[in-house]
Order: sequence, then structure tokens, then C-alpha cells
Amino acid sequence: MLLLEQCLNGLQFGLLLFLLAAGLTLVFGIMDLVNLAHGSFYMIGAYCAATFAAVTGSFVLGALLGLVATLIVGMMVDVLALRRLYGRDHLDQVLGTFGLILFFNELVRLIWGPAGLSLPVPGWLSAAVEILPGIYYPSYRIAIIVVALLVALFLYIVVMRTRLGMLIRAGAANREMVGALGINIKRLYTLVFGLGAALAGLAGLMQAPILTVQIGMGENILILAFVVIIIGGIGSIRGAFLAAIFVGLVDTVGRAFLPDLLRLAMSPAAAATLAPALSSMLIYLLMALVLVLRPEGLFPVGSK
Amino acid sequence: MKTIVVAGAVLALAAGPAVAQKRVKIGFVSTFSGPTAAIGNDMRNSFELALDHLDRKIGGIPVEVIYEDDQQKPDIGKQKTEKLIESDHVDFIAGYIWSNVLLASLKPAVDTKTFLISANAGPSLIAGELCSPYFFSTSWQNDQTPQAVGLYMNQKNVKNAFLIGPNYAAGKDMLAGVKSTFKGQVVGEEYTKWPDQLDFSAELSKARAAKPDAIFVFYPGAAGVQFLNQYAQAGLKGQIPLYTAFTIDELTLPRQGDNAIGVPGAQQWVNDLPNDANKKFVADYHVKYKGSPSFYGAQSYDAANLINSAVVAVNGDLSKKDEMVKAMAKADFKSVRGAFRYGNNHFPIQNFYLQNVVKDQTDKLVLKTVATIVSDDQDRFHDKCPMK
Repeated sequence: MLLLEQCLNGLQFGLLLFLLAAGLTLVFGIMDLVNLAHGSFYMIGAYCAATFAAVTGSFVLGALLGLVATLIVGMMVDVLALRRLYGRDHLDQVLGTFGLILFFNELVRLIWGPAGLSLPVPGWLSAAVEILPGIYYPSYRIAIIVVALLVALFLYIVVMRTRLGMLIRAGAANREMVGALGINIKRLYTLVFGLGAALAGLAGLMQAPILTVQIGMGENILILAFVVIIIGGIGSIRGAFLAAIFVGLVDTVGRAFLPDLLRLAMSPAAAATLAPALSSMLIYLLMALVLVLRPEGLFPVGSK
Repeated sequence: MKTIVVAGAVLALAAGPAVAQKRVKIGFVSTFSGPTAAIGNDMRNSFELALDHLDRKIGGIPVEVIYEDDQQKPDIGKQKTEKLIESDHVDFIAGYIWSNVLLASLKPAVDTKTFLISANAGPSLIAGELCSPYFFSTSWQNDQTPQAVGLYMNQKNVKNAFLIGPNYAAGKDMLAGVKSTFKGQVVGEEYTKWPDQLDFSAELSKARAAKPDAIFVFYPGAAGVQFLNQYAQAGLKGQIPLYTAFTIDELTLPRQGDNAIGVPGAQQWVNDLPNDANKKFVADYHVKYKGSPSFYGAQSYDAANLINSAVVAVNGDLSKKDEMVKAMAKADFKSVRGAFRYGNNHFPIQNFYLQNVVKDQTDKLVLKTVATIVSDDQDRFHDKCPMK
């Protein structure tokens, strides 16, 4: 019973990671751009949604407006700043996008102040529901799972069934060829970048009621998103999806059950010290293992 | 013309030391960036307010304060402490929110006989084996506050409890503290990754499954907001009562909102304590900063006054370190928590109060003193401190 609940926790966390990782892997795979500022869109999505929700009084309306705002910010960042970084060395990109993190953190501080905001859960999602007899689960977390699965389905359809998706896949496999075939690669880039930013914004605004809306909120979780795209294979949406759920489950279930497992093998005091340390390392150990066995990730996209 | 300017400059330089008055230099290490910057801000505001009340003078000598940001990281905190001692030559260092930062920074300070005043962190090691004449606390030893919570849980007839806290020095002290006084059974104990684990769903699921009478938590700063939100969303509010240490304060309350109503905690200082020093502090803080101070601020306000009492006692002769130690050990200043005295390890022997969250006349959420849980409480590590 507890295992089921922990798996749901892991699934919810994994799906949130997927939303963040999907944009990151598209941008990295197609544009060959290392975007450290991806976490900033996560933050902007949350801040905009919290502000719009406070103004309109509606969580859903606030979320939709926040999403649109993040999409616009993302496309603007691409046009104004990142176009100058394409085709340059990865190190230049790291430096440039790191600068963007500092820029956005300060911008948010100027606009919203240092204290952070709160985005309350809408009333109709604030309770816990009985999913099976005796098992309660927060309805808001179920809503996150449903929304994220729908977005994943939407992405699958876009990438696999539409012309835009065809270009995205082609771009991930061989960028030069797509350009040579007369596709306006710049516009494609801006569109993909905006889409990625909006996905990150969606992740940020959906987790805002659970966690908090504050400066730098996207930085820790971005590290996990990078782990996800490395495990999943860079540029692969399917890889990001499966790897994100995998990472979410390993992290949550590991955290929940490792202390008890270790207690079987050693003294409670030693287990209490070792378990938190080990469970926080678990996903990185997993990544190292994947890198050793399959350096290209689980679902590599073509060859460059 | 040029010669005159140069000559003037040389003269000014030569005259400098004779004319310039001596200053008391104080370093203040706290967190001024990142998610917990609100705490550092409140500490700085309160420290500045104390200096305003002292006419910007410590023991009658003009004061200079250098604020340094530890970024909530022990290594950075240590570097900043060393910088304050070695290149700024400060006479006192105050501040320190986090126990792990303080533990890393203690040695550079006390080894050079620089006074270190902790305005918050109180790790058990510094109360015990690592105690030093040059260290003073204007807060508490970490275990004391949760010990008071444990006593209150006994009063409320809690038979078994589930404990959750962050996995670092203070989190371990807090859980050990509550266990030392709580007479019921501890049915589960969870430590979470600190400071970057913000999702407590796995821990809350385990707590629910253990079916305890109560949950005890310690989550300072923004993490306390997240914990309370998730506790309420999981439907545990109203099912399993929550007891807290350092999880609800004036900084987090606006964001915790109704989730915090009726959640008890223990504290050595609450904003409504009726002594005169506290009334002045809280009222003037409202005027200057348009908000309420937190316990972090109250302890920083006391730190400035403790330093002042030492410099007054030696008439501004900062070389008389032994006499300053003796003066500070008397706690001879008007503390905003009311009178207290120092134990042999330079941690306060003081009262702990039960605080609760209520709505005031204007429907605003406020923290309120409900009762005294324990009087003249001394930490349980003072025996291990070699100082007598």
C-alpha cells in the first residue's frame, strides 16, 4: 500500500522532471545549445502564474496566462540573446546562459522583491482523495500527473505526426541537412526554444503550490533535468520521458525505503546516517552506470 | 601646484592616525542571497536597529559593521569569517543562522581570540566539547527548543510521534532534543537532504502509514512554508496534529497563511513578550521596516547589546579580552526576551514559551505567547564543556 503511494509520488516527480527535460533535450539536441538558463523559465512560469492568478482570482486562468508569458519570454530570449551563441563553443554557451541565470534572478528580484510569492492550490484541488480503500492521495498531485501525461501525449503527436515534428526530428538527427533543404532554421529554432521554455514554465507553475515561488528555484531541479537527458539520450523526447519517470521513481522510492533496507543489514544509528547520504547519491550512481553501459544514453538519436 | 597637492596629501596621511578616532569593527556573517536571504535581511535590520538605539556607538566608540554573505554554505562561511579576521581585523563577529556554517567558522575565530557571538545557530558540539571563552550565544543550544516541544507533547498526552527534519547538524540536534524529553514512543524518524530537498511527499506518506498521534518537524526558512503546504495538501491537517520547532515565524507566516493556524511551537522569544526592551524593539522595527521582526532578528538585536555591554565594561580598551569575557558572561544588558543568565559554556539559561498562531482583531495572522513551558532551562551539554 505504502509502496503504491510512494510510486505515485515518484511518478508525479518524474513527470514534472520530464516537462523540464523535454525542452532542455530539444534545445540541446536540435540547436546543440547548452542552456543553463532553462531553470530560469521554470522560475518565470511560476512567478507569472502566481501574479496572474492573484490578479484574475483564478488558478487556471493564471496558469494559462503564465504559460503564454513564458512562451513569449522564451522566444524573446532566443531572438535577442541566444542567436549570437549558436554555433559557438559549448563553453561560450555555458558562460552566456549562466549570465542569463544571474540576469533573470536579478530581474525577478527587482520586479517581485526578494521574499518570494505563494500560489495557493485552487479550492477544488486542495483535499486528498481516496484512490483505493484506505489510501489517500493529494488531488493536486493527481492533477499534475494527468496534465503532464496529456502534455507528453501532445508532444508525442506533435513530434511524430506533424510537419513541425518532422523538422524537429530531422534537426536533431542532422542539422546541416535540414538547413540545406531550405528550411528556415532560425524560425524553427525560435519556435522550439519558445516551446521548451513554455514546458519549463508549465513545470514551474504546476509545482509552485507544492513547493514555493522564489528566486533561484529552478537551479537545483535543473541538475536533475540534465541527468534525465543524459540517461535518456540527448535530443530524444521518448528517452527523456522514460528516463524522467525512472529518475523520479528511483529518487522517491529510494528515499522512502533505503533506510529500512539498510536497517536490516546494520545498526539503526549507522543506517540513519548512511541512508540519506546514499539515497541522495542514488540517481547519480544510476547515471554513471548508464554512461558506462550506454554512453549515448538509453535512446540515442541518430548520429551527428 | 602639483607639489602643493602632493605635500597636502602627505600631510593628510601623516595626520591621519592621530586625528581619526578609533572604531569598533564588527563582522556580521549571515545568509543574504538565495531562498533564505529573508532571514539574513531580518537579522541585519535588527542589528542595525540596535545600533541606532545605541546612537551608532559601541561603548561610546563609533562602530563599523561589515556584512558578509555565507550563501548558506559552510565553506563560504568559513572563508568569509577568515577574511573578516585576517584582512578586516574585526573585534567581534556576530550572526550565523546555520549550525553547519557556524561549526566550520568557529575555529578561525576563537583561535585568534576574536569574539564570536552566535545570533542563531547553537550546535551541541559548541555547547559541549568545543566550547570556548570567546564564544557566546544570544540564542539557544539547538536541543533546548525541541526539548521544550517534547515536554509540551507530554502535556498533551501524545503517546507516539513521527519525527521529520533536515539531514545536517541542527536537524540531528533538533530530533535528538525532542527525543530526550518526549516520553512517548518514536514510531519513525526521517532525515531529508538539506537544503535542496523541497518535496516531502515520500516522508509524509511514511508518516501517514505509521499512524502516529503526532508529527514533529523542524524546517527553518522557506522549507517550513513548503512542509506546511504539503502537510495540508496531503490531508493530514486535522488528522495528525503537527508540533514544530523553528518552522513558523514572522518571515514564513505570511506565506504559510491559514495552514499555520493552531500549529504550536516553542520559542525563547515571541514578539508579544511584555518587557520594555522588547516593546521598544518591536515598535521601532515596525516604524523603520514596516513589518514584524522574527526571533532571528530579536537574537541579533541582543547580540549588538551584548557586544556593547562588553566594550562599556572595559571603557573601550579592546585589548582587555579576559575582562570582556567576564563582562559578557554576566549578560548585563536588557535582553528583549527578558532577563537571562549564562551557563559555564556561554549558552543562555532561559525560559521557553509555547507560541501559537492566531488571528488578531484585524484578521491578520500573528504569533502569540500562550504559556511558559519551562523556566530557567539549561542545555544538556554544558557538563561536557571543560570551562567551569
